[in-house]
Amino acid sequence: MTVDTAVPTPEATTSGVGRRRSFKPRYPAWLALPSLAYQIIFFIGAMSILVAFSFATQTGFNQITYGFSLEQYKQVLDPTYLGIFARTLAMAAGGTILTILVGYPVAYWMARYLGNNKLIALLLIIVPFWTSFLIRTYALKIILDSHGYLAQTLHVDLMYSAWAVGIGLVYNYLPLFILPVFSSLERMDWTLIEAANDLSAKPFSAFRQVTLPLTLPGFVTGALLVFIPMTGEYVIPAILGGGKFVFIGNVIGDAFNSAQNPPFGSALAISLMLALSVFVVIYILVATKEERFGS
Amino acid sequence: MSDANDFDVEFRGITKRFGDVAAVNNVDLQVRKGEFLSLLGPSGCGKTTSLRMIAGFEQPDEGELLIGGKDAVGIPPYKRDVNTVFQSYALFPHMSIIDNVAFGLKQRGVNKSERRAKANEALELVQLSHRADDRPTMLSGGQQQRVALARALVMNPRVLLLDEPLGALDLKLRKEMQFELKRIQEHVGITFIYVTHDQEEALSMSDRIAVMSHGVIEQLDEPRAIYDNPKTAFVASFIGEMNFLTGTVTSANDGHWTVDAGVGVPVQGVGAAPLNEQVKVGLRPERLVITPNSDEAGTNRVLSTVLSKMYLGDQIQFVVTLPSGATIVAIEQRASVDPATDNIKPGDRVTVSWDAHAPLLLGMVDAQTANNSDTSTIQEKP
Repeated sequence: MTVDTAVPTPEATTSGVGRRRSFKPRYPAWLALPSLAYQIIFFIGAMSILVAFSFATQTGFNQITYGFSLEQYKQVLDPTYLGIFARTLAMAAGGTILTILVGYPVAYWMARYLGNNKLIALLLIIVPFWTSFLIRTYALKIILDSHGYLAQTLHVDLMYSAWAVGIGLVYNYLPLFILPVFSSLERMDWTLIEAANDLSAKPFSAFRQVTLPLTLPGFVTGALLVFIPMTGEYVIPAILGGGKFVFIGNVIGDAFNSAQNPPFGSALAISLMLALSVFVVIYILVATKEERFGS
Repeated sequence: MSDANDFDVEFRGITKRFGDVAAVNNVDLQVRKGEFLSLLGPSGCGKTTSLRMIAGFEQPDEGELLIGGKDAVGIPPYKRDVNTVFQSYALFPHMSIIDNVAFGLKQRGVNKSERRAKANEALELVQLSHRADDRPTMLSGGQQQRVALARALVMNPRVLLLDEPLGALDLKLRKEMQFELKRIQEHVGITFIYVTHDQEEALSMSDRIAVMSHGVIEQLDEPRAIYDNPKTAFVASFIGEMNFLTGTVTSANDGHWTVDAGVGVPVQGVGAAPLNEQVKVGLRPERLVITPNSDEAGTNRVLSTVLSKMYLGDQIQFVVTLPSGATIVAIEQRASVDPATDNIKPGDRVTVSWDAHAPLLLGMVDAQTANNSDTSTIQEKP
């Protein structure tokens, strides 16, 4: 996650009498306007509507009165919903840990031992991503189903359990973790591990003191890249959890779709966003550390 | 037969293969306590593989490897009493210089104050105490190299392994570091095994040099002996410059031999030689004396024609054509030659002479190479 702020273009370095590096922008700033317009209309616009909704009140069926009411947020603080928040974060944290346990060894093996086959392995990991999320989750349901292969042949019936939800989360988000971790492990200089072993560090000790700190930014990126969308997940708990493990995403979805209560759904969504911001701040603090090592 | 404990490292018939290629082929080597031994050879000769086997990064396929008289085969690097200075330095980029140097002691469970004290001492030895809290990337290549050296030395290993440690430095810095390394080695008294492809580095620092080629040690001896008495044509050509002549041994008795190296080139040398065999004879360019305007040819005196002449400042390099048609290189020190030598021009007739100790018998010529090596070759080292 290095930030290239001042990389001069070749023209800028070779032109000019003094060959002085020019950090001046080469293109007019207004060229960014179309993208900015898109951001403002569709991103900030949608966010503003959510914020406006969250401070509004539901006055009847499909009737919303705008204003500045904290009513919805008070409802969010109801123990029922706080419990769902807590469960969502706990399940997402559990899913993230499982993803790390499954994904890290794969990324490590690919980066260190695959040589020229790295790209093929990378492709195999990305290809499932090209099918619909929903279809993949239904396919997983066939495996986990009480009448499915796993339950019938191995007598492991996980359907509608927390484990089923966990397996679904790991399966769907694994590539998002593997890619950044692989990319940071791939830049790792393995001579450093030889040096550590040479200096009496046992293999795991060398990993902990050298590999892990050097690849931490990729590790944290990967972990947050799976943790954040997991907290907003609602398809997997619905299909694999059988409604027993309601995520905050399901409550938000219900508020908008079946309960027809957009103000409350908006308040939940914004609360979730605020909670996640904390994690993003942690991410920024850790990820920007890499700049100090160079790459 | 000496006791195994006299040697810090011993190879007994060690072979290491990568696929079908034997990178190291049935090598015997005994490294004495406290010596500075260089493994010298071109890339792919097996020198780095040998070093990596001592470090424990590679395991031999055959043979015995002893470190400090004890079997080391199968022992992982972190349990060996040897440390390595890597060619790429391999400093930990996320740690300060002092933490890099103290890393090994930390793994051994040395407490913090003691390891800091020892690390500081090691940094003083390489004159980098003032950079203790910097990150490796803030240091120059030469400074990083010295940190890598301190990081290995602080472990006080039985043997220090150095894998082309000066390869990435520029010429001036390399010369300084050669001097520095030798000073440090004499100061700490640890056995150094130094891998290099640079003959000058090996000659200037080593107590002994093992010249390697194609996975075998061609010759193991003191630098002077390697230079003055190379045992094989490979060693002769790899170390310094060498003219090669090929011819038949016409006489060999009383410790003298004569080789007829073509029309008008009788070469006489000291030592034993196989009578009537085709042999290779080496002549160092600096052992040849060029004298102008002479007609007296004879043994070790050959009439020749100057092909080219080049001033090298303190030296003059001549290329001369022998009566046999072969060309050889002669180097004259300008301070020591007759001023008339300065005036020799290409095309002039001159006498090339040498004393009887100059010609080196470099083994027999096998039938295959005999056909195309009647002319001498000029070997120049980078």
